[in-house]
Amino acid sequence: MDITRRDLFTVGGKLLVLASVGATLEQITGAAPPSEAYRMADHWWGMIIDIDACIGCGNCVRACSKENGVPKGYFRTWVERYQVAEGEQPHVESPDGAMEGFPPSARADLKSFFVPKLCNHCADSPCVQVCPVGATFVSPDGIVLVDETYCLGCRYCVQACPYGCRYLHPEKDTVDKCTLCYHRITQGLTTACCENCPTGARKLVDFKDPKDPVHDFLRNNKVEVLKPYMATRAKVYYKDLDGSVR
Amino acid sequence: MIPGVDGFMYPNEVELQWSLLIVLYPYITGLVAGAFILASLERVFRVEAVRPTYRLALLTALSFMLVAPLPLQLHLGHPERSLEMYLTPHKSSAMAMFGFVYLWYLMVVLLLEIWLEYRSDIVRMAQTGSGISRLIYKALTLGSENISPAARIIDDKVGYAVTVIGIPSAFMLHGYVGFIFGSIKANPWWSTPLMPIVFLFSAMTSGIAAVLLLYMATTRFKKIAIDMRCLDTIAKYLFYTFVIDFTLEMLDLIHRTYEADESFRSLDFMVHTRLWGSQVVLQIFLGTLIPLSLLAANQLWRFAEARRRVMYVTACSLTLVGIFAMRWNVVIGGQLFSKSFLGYTTYKVAFVTREGLLPAILLMLLPFVIFVVLVKLLPPWERSEAH
Repeated sequence: MDITRRDLFTVGGKLLVLASVGATLEQITGAAPPSEAYRMADHWWGMIIDIDACIGCGNCVRACSKENGVPKGYFRTWVERYQVAEGEQPHVESPDGAMEGFPPSARADLKSFFVPKLCNHCADSPCVQVCPVGATFVSPDGIVLVDETYCLGCRYCVQACPYGCRYLHPEKDTVDKCTLCYHRITQGLTTACCENCPTGARKLVDFKDPKDPVHDFLRNNKVEVLKPYMATRAKVYYKDLDGSVR
Repeated sequence: MIPGVDGFMYPNEVELQWSLLIVLYPYITGLVAGAFILASLERVFRVEAVRPTYRLALLTALSFMLVAPLPLQLHLGHPERSLEMYLTPHKSSAMAMFGFVYLWYLMVVLLLEIWLEYRSDIVRMAQTGSGISRLIYKALTLGSENISPAARIIDDKVGYAVTVIGIPSAFMLHGYVGFIFGSIKANPWWSTPLMPIVFLFSAMTSGIAAVLLLYMATTRFKKIAIDMRCLDTIAKYLFYTFVIDFTLEMLDLIHRTYEADESFRSLDFMVHTRLWGSQVVLQIFLGTLIPLSLLAANQLWRFAEARRRVMYVTACSLTLVGIFAMRWNVVIGGQLFSKSFLGYTTYKVAFVTREGLLPAILLMLLPFVIFVVLVKLLPPWERSEAH
């Protein structure tokens, strides 16, 4: 097709007018705009975990690892198996973070349950407090993130996290952690771990959404966060959390 | 079972994040702060007996100060981004202040005080020297060549003021390093308000011991008669400082044992197993009780000169080993146990890696190389001999 000088001026002129009124590239190019633009200020993300529903299959760990390219030997999420005998220290294990689930327990007489773990996306995050350059931060929608183009790799945040959720990425040499699948949830999807949980033990929740089932969940159940004495305002709530869990 | 792990660690905890290099960092800054405080004894508190070590202490402090940021730099995943700490410091971070505390101490306190102290010597050497050395001293005068008695009085007054500012700065430098650890609430081994003050007194102890050893070494090397009054006085101050340091550390230990909170069982087990050698044997027994006994004996009885020297050398060497062990136990010990209090990991020092033993040894030798260069450039003897 031959493009005349007149065509060029006509199309160029239209583009200029649209751009000057703040039109998006999609409008300019004729592509359909997103049905609902994601506004960070409208959300405050967290997670609820039903301890009794977790079967320790490790689906969540595998899904997270695959979705986020988590390096081998490090974990953005993992599952622990607690086996508690009366009056004794709990016996806890998490073989390879439960990537392949758990072997059958040899002790049927113990109180036994699984505890999925991930970053608690604390509102008062000790990790965010200590970062010397502000490379880790709480986003307006409540997710603790790391800017890997800015992180020094000093690992002060790893020391400050009470839950062991951070690690130094062996290839990037910057700190890495759970992002609550930020790339998915901002597109209206749930996290990889929640999507792949066969029992619905973990659910992504939005505390700012009045219709979110989290409000009923918190009202109707006995819930607890990990290490509440750390006063981090953690946003991962556990239903029926046993006192032995650390 | 994960090799080196006993019990349960959170999966990301198995690997230690702060290595031997981070042990060196508080050790080196401690030597800086301690050496400077010893120098201030003469300058501010008019303890005339320690005058022969005044310049030596300043040069010791500078030698170690120049090396202090290197272990941190080497440890960073992205050392090329370290300047961001100056450009965009995160105000709520204790670590973000490091650059500013360091620069303040290096530029405003140490370099200024050394320059003022040596200015008349530098001008004289610029006038009498020849060739390259003349050019170096000429540059070091910074264009200020007036060494009239009036000018030297001003130097002295300003130098005094700088030292007065320097004392709280030295306290801040090392107290701050203690705060970096003491303010981590997630780690019960570190989290105590005593940490800055324990770091401070251990810094003074190690710095004084280092200067005493360097003084004895340099007098032997230069074949200058040793000033026993000076030696005895430094040893006395070392003893006092060490007593306070040990008292504070024992207070921490007693408090932890008596309070026995939820972390106690785990930490107690760690001290009796993984830290037994470095804490109980090296730090407490060899590095504290023996040197303290030697120093205490010298406060109670009068030994012959030769014996006193041997006792001081032994006490100071063991002190330096003990304080190093203390830094090791804080930094490494604080990462050997799980924050779940249910397990322990192991730290193995590699040799030729970025954070291994070899770079650590080189980093510890570097201050002594700098010290030799500085002593050559700015001889600490003239003034003391003149007195």
